[in-house]
Amino acid sequence: MTAESRNRLIAIGAILVAGAALAWIAFGNIGQNLVYYWKPSEMIAQGDKAFGATIRLGGVVVPGSLVWSAEHTSLTFEVADTHLPTAPKVKVKSDVTPPQMFREGIGVVVEGTYAPDLVFKTNRLMVNHSNEYRAPGADGGMPAGDWKESLTQADEKK
Amino acid sequence: MQLRGIKRLRYGSSLGLDFVMRPPVNSTLGYGLVLAGLAFAAFAAVVGLVTGLTRRENALPWVQRAIYGFAASMILSNVVMVKALLEHDFSVKYVSLVGSKATPTIFTIVSLWSALEGSILFWGAIMGGYLIAFTWTYRNEHGRYMQLSLGVMAAVATFFAFLIAGPANPWGHIPNPASDGPGPNPLLQNHALMIIHPPMLYLGYVGMTVPFGIAAGALLRGELGDAWLVPLRKWTLVPWLFLSIGIILGSWWAYAVLGWGGYWAWDPVENASFMPWLTATAFMHSTMVLERKKSLKLWTIALALGSFVLTIIGTFMTRSGVFNSVHAFTQSDIGPTFLIFIAIVLVFSVLLLTVRGHLLIAESHLETVWSREGSILVNNLVFVALTFTVLLGTLFPLVTEALQDKKISVGEPYFNTMALPLGLLTLFLMGVGPMLPWGKADPKVLKQQAYIPGGLGLATLVPVFFWRYAVWEPFGTTTKSLGAFLAHMTSGDWMALATFGVAVFVTVVTLREMFLPAQQRMVETKESLFTALVVSASRARRRFGGYVVHLGIVAIIVAIAASSAYKVAAERTVKVGDSLKVGQYTIRFDGLANGREPHRDWVAANLTVIGADGSEYKHVGADAPRMNYYERSNDPIGSPLVQEMVWRDIYVSLRTYDPKAQTATFNAWVFPLVGWIWYAIPLLVLGTLIALWPQRKTIAVVKADAPAAAAAPGTP
Repeated sequence: MTAESRNRLIAIGAILVAGAALAWIAFGNIGQNLVYYWKPSEMIAQGDKAFGATIRLGGVVVPGSLVWSAEHTSLTFEVADTHLPTAPKVKVKSDVTPPQMFREGIGVVVEGTYAPDLVFKTNRLMVNHSNEYRAPGADGGMPAGDWKESLTQADEKK
Repeated sequence: MQLRGIKRLRYGSSLGLDFVMRPPVNSTLGYGLVLAGLAFAAFAAVVGLVTGLTRRENALPWVQRAIYGFAASMILSNVVMVKALLEHDFSVKYVSLVGSKATPTIFTIVSLWSALEGSILFWGAIMGGYLIAFTWTYRNEHGRYMQLSLGVMAAVATFFAFLIAGPANPWGHIPNPASDGPGPNPLLQNHALMIIHPPMLYLGYVGMTVPFGIAAGALLRGELGDAWLVPLRKWTLVPWLFLSIGIILGSWWAYAVLGWGGYWAWDPVENASFMPWLTATAFMHSTMVLERKKSLKLWTIALALGSFVLTIIGTFMTRSGVFNSVHAFTQSDIGPTFLIFIAIVLVFSVLLLTVRGHLLIAESHLETVWSREGSILVNNLVFVALTFTVLLGTLFPLVTEALQDKKISVGEPYFNTMALPLGLLTLFLMGVGPMLPWGKADPKVLKQQAYIPGGLGLATLVPVFFWRYAVWEPFGTTTKSLGAFLAHMTSGDWMALATFGVAVFVTVVTLREMFLPAQQRMVETKESLFTALVVSASRARRRFGGYVVHLGIVAIIVAIAASSAYKVAAERTVKVGDSLKVGQYTIRFDGLANGREPHRDWVAANLTVIGADGSEYKHVGADAPRMNYYERSNDPIGSPLVQEMVWRDIYVSLRTYDPKAQTATFNAWVFPLVGWIWYAIPLLVLGTLIALWPQRKTIAVVKADAPAAAAAPGTP
């Protein structure tokens, strides 16, 4: 084995080790930072496993469930799978003021954690934009929101 | 879908005349042009590849003519679409989807790229523009170099023309057109940046086809001589610049329009544009080693191929709708077509690299890491590592969903913890690389060179630290004890501090490298600083241009570090006359106002920004944060107030308002230095233009090569 091919072997070995380390760190890091998308029924079905994880809970705001705190600093409401009165629902407590278009019956996505006291705490509240501008989507293409659509859905995040 | 499109067209032209007011001139003409473009591209691809592989170089003129034909058809088809949009011809399917008589003319033209079908059509026009420019520039070049490359580019063009003709056909005919349409997405009408950002991004994405074609052509031919290198480098630099501008403008748009107080969220669509940028940047650097040392050939070519593959994956991610809703994936017509194309391109690229790669033999070897080429290699590895982590985080949810049917996403912290250290390392390498000579560095000289920039870098830390904790957010306001203070110093704080130190180090090194040759000239020839600088810069345009770009990138990195680590935020609901405090500024709510523009109504929250020195800036009506109400949309779209200054932005977003109670809820931020992200664009443009400017020397080299090329037909 010449010195040159030995050096090359060492270099390739070093790169492989660095690559493996990077992959290991990256996968470990991903595991810690997963965000789960669940409907209320799906989250309830997870049982204890749902507690503590970062969750994006999607559903509709149950009419009549909206309650502001006395100082108007936080509010609670219920999020249900669907508009049906029998749909599974979860109580949500929000520390942030919801956006202008927030109202009872509207579709929302709340990001936060679910605790054993069965209250979902959120500090990030997103309202589903009206579907009216999704006309091209109805035809099978992407919604008119263009490639920034996914960003706009998160436009209430801080 | 593609069949439906064609059927509808035929139906409209044969039977539809009875009840259609005007014959489907626009859709027939536009669709005919697309079909012509498809035929031209397919012809150019087949002839270019077949004759190129069998080395019959006399077919080159036919390939060139077909490419001109493709480009002309595609550009004309876009002209017809713009005409249809302006005429509000709602019998054209795409116009019926995005057109509206109430939309201002400029946004009507822009709606060409505001939805899927139109944007792919526009894509075709840009592809045509690139191919015509490339073919024309090298029209006198020999077929040996050009034929296979043009064939590969034409093959890519064929795919896009097929996409426009079939799955994403915008030219469908609607027999009973409505009298008006919905208009483009209100978000796209909200800001002028939307007019320029998409074309920039498309120019970046589509342009990567050219280096892909050159690289694939070189591999197919099995040689990578000097004649390939100059076009390969220049035609990567052009889309690289557009991609850079497109990404920055996109983040600026998100910042100025969306109102969530940020410019980058590691969103899949942002990552999609960032990944090819990373590999293209790595390519720009490794190509220097390739040209100078004739090594890293396979690696450089792999980066060129990889950048193209990533642009196609990015197009797929942004255009197929997989990331908006997973259900759109199966409904989308272009998704499966795109996946097949990605598979073909991937297999083709990997096959090329494995089967033909051995033909590209390195003519020198790396002696030590402590050299220019060594630092470039390290830089390349860091860029590839960064690309890998971003790709992993972006595709992870898709793969999990496909395999386990679980809906998840990867949170921002993953990207930040991975990308920030790698970004800091890249910044550091931008300072180390230029100090190292080609070949082998002398440790003594290196040490001497490092003293001044390194010392200045370290010296910066003291005032920045003082400013941060004594002036900006004084020690004691949030923390009472030293222990609490240290706990308050998050990893982001340390990282930002390190970034400023390294940034000063890099800036000093870069400026020294830029001015040293000029200074030597001034001593030797007694020229003025300006003359000496211009002459020395024009002697080494690429190097000088590269350093200008480096300064722009340093500005961007510093701006990102400052605006994310040192930002101040506040949220409050206030009554008229009350105020909220954000950092050193007080924001007073002066009451609600409303107004009307042709395409929207708005409600604004008038306010006054009061500085620490008592200075007052009033923002009233259209100049204040507001909610815009567009016709035919129930939900308002907010526009934040961004008070821009060189050193900081004050950003106030109206979250809710209540006209009865006369209250409004605001989100307010102060972002130090954030504007430098967009102010860096001119530096990037200037640097790239300096590097691209034709150098007399290179022309001489190309000319010297020409006779050899001309002699080539005899030698198979």
